Amino acid sequence: MAGGYKYFEAIEKNVGLLGVLTAISVMIGGLAEITPLLMRAHEVKAPIHVKPYDALRLAGRDVYVREGCYACHTQMIRALRAETARYGHYSTADESVYDRPHQWGSKRTGPDLARVGGKYSDEWQTVHLRNPRAVVPESNMPGYPWLSQAQVDPDEITQKMKVLRTLGEPYTDEDIAKAGAAVKGRTEMEALVAFLQGLGLTNEPLKTAAAPSASAPGAKP
Amino acid sequence: MPNPNAYNDQVVRLFLLASAIWGIVGMLVGMYAAAELAWPALNLDIPWLTFSRLRPAHTFGVIFAFGGSALMGTCYYVVQRTGYTRLALEKLATFTFWGWQLVCVLALVTMPLGITQSKEYAEPEWFIDILIAVVWVSFGAVFFATIARRRVRHIYVANWYYGAFIIAVALLHIVNNVAVPVSMFKSYPVYSGAVDAMVQWWYGHNAVAFFLTAGFLGMMYYFVPRQAQQPLWSYRFSIVNFWALISVYMWAGSHHLLYTALPDWVQSVGMAFSLILLMPSWGSAANGLFTFNGSWHRLRNDPAAKFMVIALVFYAAATLEGSMMAIKTVNSLSHYTDWTVAHVHSGSLGWVAMITIGSLYAMAPRALGRPAMYSHKAMELHFWLHLTGTLLYVIAMWTAGVTEGLMWRATNPDGSLTYPFIDSLLAIKPLYVLRWFGGVLIWLGMWVMAWNLWFTASDARRKIIKPSMVPVPEPEPNQHPVPLPVAS
Repeated sequence: MAGGYKYFEAIEKNVGLLGVLTAISVMIGGLAEITPLLMRAHEVKAPIHVKPYDALRLAGRDVYVREGCYACHTQMIRALRAETARYGHYSTADESVYDRPHQWGSKRTGPDLARVGGKYSDEWQTVHLRNPRAVVPESNMPGYPWLSQAQVDPDEITQKMKVLRTLGEPYTDEDIAKAGAAVKGRTEMEALVAFLQGLGLTNEPLKTAAAPSASAPGAKP
Repeated sequence: MPNPNAYNDQVVRLFLLASAIWGIVGMLVGMYAAAELAWPALNLDIPWLTFSRLRPAHTFGVIFAFGGSALMGTCYYVVQRTGYTRLALEKLATFTFWGWQLVCVLALVTMPLGITQSKEYAEPEWFIDILIAVVWVSFGAVFFATIARRRVRHIYVANWYYGAFIIAVALLHIVNNVAVPVSMFKSYPVYSGAVDAMVQWWYGHNAVAFFLTAGFLGMMYYFVPRQAQQPLWSYRFSIVNFWALISVYMWAGSHHLLYTALPDWVQSVGMAFSLILLMPSWGSAANGLFTFNGSWHRLRNDPAAKFMVIALVFYAAATLEGSMMAIKTVNSLSHYTDWTVAHVHSGSLGWVAMITIGSLYAMAPRALGRPAMYSHKAMELHFWLHLTGTLLYVIAMWTAGVTEGLMWRATNPDGSLTYPFIDSLLAIKPLYVLRWFGGVLIWLGMWVMAWNLWFTASDARRKIIKPSMVPVPEPEPNQHPVPLPVAS
């Protein structure tokens, strides 16, 4: 024991050794858990019905990100009975491959939104976003009336799609060329509603997309 | 001309002041955000006052501005005293102060304006992230250069924790924030979907581990023996806990993603390591508490010691709770509810804030050249305000969390869901009011502390031309193996 402690003392008296060993200790966990995911990330392909966001929905997604909706809304239906009964089919990894950053969230002050698309009309969504208590009197959600006044910037969307293409999103030249026109004159409110209405559009991952290697190794019921 | 025979406490004093101010600012934002949840009209339809934009300002304000300033200040204070040497690279140390304050101001201004990555606890945009990285590397350089010029051979254990905190936070911050800018105010992370979720919670959980735990344990390992006026209960035990803590924590992040679309094996590994983590966590808490053995009478009239002891009790309680919440069955109930909020705040208000406040009360008179804090009664008042507020907050949010969890999963005999979502919100609304009230008490306590610090500093303020110098004492030649932290 005393002999063992002698070696230990070497660390306690050498700042370089201490620093290196600390760095190694803190790196192992992350390497073990993240590297396999990164290596397999290219295998998780988007199923055919999950397309990269079109220009308007992309603008809406970025409004969602800017306003910080993740603080109260998740987009991750867990594989639990009470969740699938309330929100629909559990979420799978391939459904969020185009989410930068992911919007899985961590807190539900409001309900999950992973499959909210099509559950309400565009008008309901717009009124609700402007003043939630106009349609849900008990709600404690803030209103976002300024979104109706703000216009989406066409140049910015074009630029964003170019950057996203470098990161791997399969936008074609045509998609990018038409992006500006698609959002011209549209408000941020329209963009956000389009984004929400597209969430979990099919409300069910395609059964055919469930090739075992590709679709979410962990997403079994 | 800096005096090489005295400690550089100038930068420590600056961080002390900044910490007190950011504490008040960060908690004010939190209090307002809590009020918005109870009374949504308070959002006032003003974009930058809206809950979803204020919430990251609150978390950044208390974790990185209040906690970060306290950590950097105490780190500079401790590393000088345990190394019997003046701070190295002093200009760089002053830069870390102003750089960090700039980071905090930029972050707290940009986030309410909607300039955000929306990555939880890593919201600031890319240009702020670069500044954070620069300041952090400078902080590391000052710290390790000061250790390198220490005049005792042995590196005291508090510095181990501060060192791990600096190394790990640099690693986490850089890996998590790799992004491609679109414009000055917008960037896209290189990770997407499930990979981004894993990286984000590897970061998020270990920001808790290394920022809110390892750093504050460094604080604890210096200030608790000082305040108990006896050596650590077991020095070797603290070293064992150190290696266990820093290597196990990094595996536990995936417990934030149980039952999600993350691969099952990562979830199970995260849960297993979260349970193992209980051992080094309780080890550290026990070591701190046992250090008071034979010294418990000090609690009767030393508010700083009282803060420290209750902090350690909360640390033990919150880490037990955390390990339990990482069990899949428990998590299926607790996740997404206010139970998570209760857990975070019993850790941050109970453990982090209390060990910080205790350490500030221990450090401030010494760094300001006073025999004691200006008002003893004010410290007592602060203690009771903070403790009552924390208990109200945590109990309200526990109750709310369990209520939500049970209501969300309740089913009728025919298998249909019993409650619509809005019912769970209605059930917990009174608890949101109670939580807000707890927050108000805590915030008032911070004002009491600021007032007390201001008058404790009155002498130092007058001596601005000739600041009081604390001389560096001579180390004993063969301290082995443990130097008890020396008085001032």
